[in-house]
Amino acid sequence: MAGKTLYDKLWDSHLVLERDDGSALLYVDRHILHEVTSPQAFEGLRMAGRKPWRLDMNIATPDHNISTNRHERESGVSGISDPTSRIQVKTLDDNCEFFGIKEFKMNEIGQGIVHVMGPELGVTMPGMTVVCGDSHTATHGALGCLAHGIGTSEVEHVLATQCLVAKKMKNLRVTIDGELGFGVTPKDVVLAIIGKIGTAGGSGCAIEFAGSTFATMSIEGRMTVCNMAIEAGARVGLMAVDEKTIDYVEGRKFAPKTEVWDQAKTYWKTLVSDSDARFDFEVEINAEEIAPQVSWGTSPEMVSAVSGNVPLISNQTTSEQKESLRRALEYMGLEEGQVISSISIDRVFIGSCTNSRIEDMRAAALIAKGRKKADTVKQVLVVPGSQMVKIQAEAEGLHEIFLDAGMEWREPGCSMCLAMNADKLGAGEHCASTSNRNFEGRQGIGGRTHLMSPMMAAAAAVSGHIIDVREMLAEEIQ
Amino acid sequence: MRAFLRHTGLVGPMDRANVDTDMIIPKQFLKSIKRSGFGVNLFDELRYLDEGEPGQDCSTRPQNMNFALNEPRYAGASILLTRKNFGCGSSREHAPWALDDYGFRVIIAPSFADIFYNNCLKNGLLPVILSEKEVEFLFKELYRINGFCLSVDLTKSEVIMDSGGIFKFHIDEFSRDYLIKGLDEIGVTLQSSETIKRYEIKRASQHPWIFGAIE
Repeated sequence: MAGKTLYDKLWDSHLVLERDDGSALLYVDRHILHEVTSPQAFEGLRMAGRKPWRLDMNIATPDHNISTNRHERESGVSGISDPTSRIQVKTLDDNCEFFGIKEFKMNEIGQGIVHVMGPELGVTMPGMTVVCGDSHTATHGALGCLAHGIGTSEVEHVLATQCLVAKKMKNLRVTIDGELGFGVTPKDVVLAIIGKIGTAGGSGCAIEFAGSTFATMSIEGRMTVCNMAIEAGARVGLMAVDEKTIDYVEGRKFAPKTEVWDQAKTYWKTLVSDSDARFDFEVEINAEEIAPQVSWGTSPEMVSAVSGNVPLISNQTTSEQKESLRRALEYMGLEEGQVISSISIDRVFIGSCTNSRIEDMRAAALIAKGRKKADTVKQVLVVPGSQMVKIQAEAEGLHEIFLDAGMEWREPGCSMCLAMNADKLGAGEHCASTSNRNFEGRQGIGGRTHLMSPMMAAAAAVSGHIIDVREMLAEEIQ
Repeated sequence: MRAFLRHTGLVGPMDRANVDTDMIIPKQFLKSIKRSGFGVNLFDELRYLDEGEPGQDCSTRPQNMNFALNEPRYAGASILLTRKNFGCGSSREHAPWALDDYGFRVIIAPSFADIFYNNCLKNGLLPVILSEKEVEFLFKELYRINGFCLSVDLTKSEVIMDSGGIFKFHIDEFSRDYLIKGLDEIGVTLQSSETIKRYEIKRASQHPWIFGAIE
């Protein structure tokens, strides 16, 4: 019999029961809640007279629609200026209090974007199943978890039963071997993967990212990669546990201590795909072929090396592809064949669950240091992913680097990634963004998003246009 | 949950691939703490010419007459015909809530994003997967025939044309069963409470660090 993949192992260890109709009940170890996708679930529980199955698997924090403006945040929930946002954040506080769920409230240390907060506090640990009413939950797969987004009906189901009705996914392995080039980051790796397999390339699959490139990558970098599995159509992205994973978890707030720690460690080391495991699909990419990436269109698969050009309509094979490209170019205000580095930038966003961890802040600061925001750039938002990232960044003086460069240093939250709060693009504005989606209107109605790494976004901020960050890094070295 | 057995209705087009959930229901409407009332903001940025805000009266807003679903011939459509990877992006269940509230009961596409597909099933909204070729054929018929209607029979897993043409579709047995019976999924799972408790006891002895850490 063939060995098991990491996904198979995680599935098997969480299987509560298999039904004759092909469905299964999967046990949920960690359920993270936020203000936007939970109110209707709590309401459902109340209406049915149900209560949470247990409390110690749930944790909540507001992130999606809270303000990132310090002055607005200082006056607490009652100071949230948008009344509908205020009600939603207050509803989360009220629901957590009513049902007894642990919450890190808006201004408490511990608050942050759900997928930054979970790993950094040791809420999520290797071998767990992790769900959240947010599609970027795959982020936690970087720790060897089976993690994915769920809808609000499922949030209610998990609250009430600690289980999820599930069907096993297929196994897809993306293997990347080799050393990443100078100036090439995890974000470039995941954008290159999406560019290759497309936004539906991983549909119905759990993607395991394997190979030496990921083995040498930091845990935060691995989170950036797993985070965007959904942009390749896969609900689940995950990576094998290694020494780095275990080192990352050690000492975190909710991580086990003493002899239980040793027991956990022994188990976690088994969380790798067996050498004879069978994958349904395999994709291989050579690390050396990956350059810094920039999205030029309205889907994350519309991506190119920074040195490249916007594609030509005549090069598309089907009429559907031609139409889709024409529509994307019209929305983005770009010409076919245009040189990517000729695109001017109006605003810059450095943040989101993809790229707002301390390493991302350091990478952006490396470029911002001693430079100034270009005059033509209206605004550069730097939004740390959590209170803890903010504290760490300030201890390292990174906020001063950003402020000196004419950039704004904000309070933790999802911010301009989905523009539910006041942080948004105006119509027609081009944004160099470290977030994860470049859909039409995603960052504001008519806004034009270019996805890229934190270093590339910082480089665009100081240049006023998209630029290959390697040119700047080369200057640094000289 | 509302049961789904069979539905006959007018077909409306959303003739593009990769329609994401931001497009189906833009983020500003996600601030609502209710499950209902999203229908007037379905496809808001495509459907209206102005910028939509939660709670506004949409009946007086300027409509984009180039948006197909605004054409009088598709008024009252309850079956949405669309292209591949429908519902990609965010996990927001507000997307199926908006489609349902608008009046759609069935969505036909060559493929759906996984989370969206799942979310539809939890709301008695039927996602039907047909081949690219079949969808292309239906689009041609839809544009050719005014008042083009289809019937969808979940008990037989069939899409039926007035002309008699029948397209078979696949749906998982358990999903079909839940929809046909309109079952309360939580209620069904809670019938296995003892099994869940036994699992927890076994797991707590094997992996004690999972339990009791967050308080």
